[in-house]
Amino acid sequence: MITINFEVFTPGSAMLGGALLGVSSILLMLFNGKVAGISGIFGGLISRRKGDVTWRLLFVVALLSSYFLVSLFSEQQLEMPSSPHWLYVIAGLLVGFGTRIGNGCTSGHGICGIGRLSKRSISATVIFMLVAITVVSIRHFFVGA
Amino acid sequence: MKRSVIALISGLFFGLGMNISGMVYPEKVLGFLNLFSGAWDPSLIFVIGGALLVFAPFYHLVIKKRSQSLCGDAMCLPHSKQIDKPLVYGAVIFGLGWGLIGICPGPALAGLMSFESELFFFVAAMFAGNYLASLWQKRANVEVNRI
Repeated sequence: MITINFEVFTPGSAMLGGALLGVSSILLMLFNGKVAGISGIFGGLISRRKGDVTWRLLFVVALLSSYFLVSLFSEQQLEMPSSPHWLYVIAGLLVGFGTRIGNGCTSGHGICGIGRLSKRSISATVIFMLVAITVVSIRHFFVGA
Repeated sequence: MKRSVIALISGLFFGLGMNISGMVYPEKVLGFLNLFSGAWDPSLIFVIGGALLVFAPFYHLVIKKRSQSLCGDAMCLPHSKQIDKPLVYGAVIFGLGWGLIGICPGPALAGLMSFESELFFFVAAMFAGNYLASLWQKRANVEVNRI
């Protein structure tokens, strides 16, 4: 059974934040011809191609700085799940490896790709969502996490 | 110059979107992924929905017919339609990592300046994972269709 927890459901801020992601994607594609996919932008900083680094760096620096801007207006402190550090390392390795092999993450496939009606992106998004839901459900029901 | 300003504005909007939508909070993402917990948080659908409501019409009405960007660059869009093994395996591996903690690349970077130590471990490992995959791609001589 799927039951919604209306105490934590925040459709308004979710839509507003999502709309900003959409505007960001439009700007980068319309003006610079690039896909606003974070794993791809991040990955391009690892395998650096000449003339293809500066915009990535600037994008990432602005992305990082956004946190400071938000903390000026919000008291809410970011909290991480109390999993051990090694689990964060495993998760990071899998996310880094998988998004490179699969050419995208939640933003590149989930927003730009689906928005373009790319069959590859729609397939990738369905797959990583189902896998992630499975992982979380297994942990929830069998490990109690 | 114009390209750099656009990259900055786009990165800032992206980070604001990640923070305002709540996606920088792993608990919120896990609340979405934990579909059968009896306390589901559908917010993530509204984030992607909000993004698509803005991006998709603009892409199809304005961007799609352009042969180059407003700054005169070629449009760096993938044209491959083939659902190949790297796409499927990559999505599976990414999904495994995403489900473990509830963090994907965008929120990891948008929240990094909170200086939560766990996020630094995650981002460093993500960097390493990406690098390892690039070595594998070189060895396997995989044609890279960037998203």
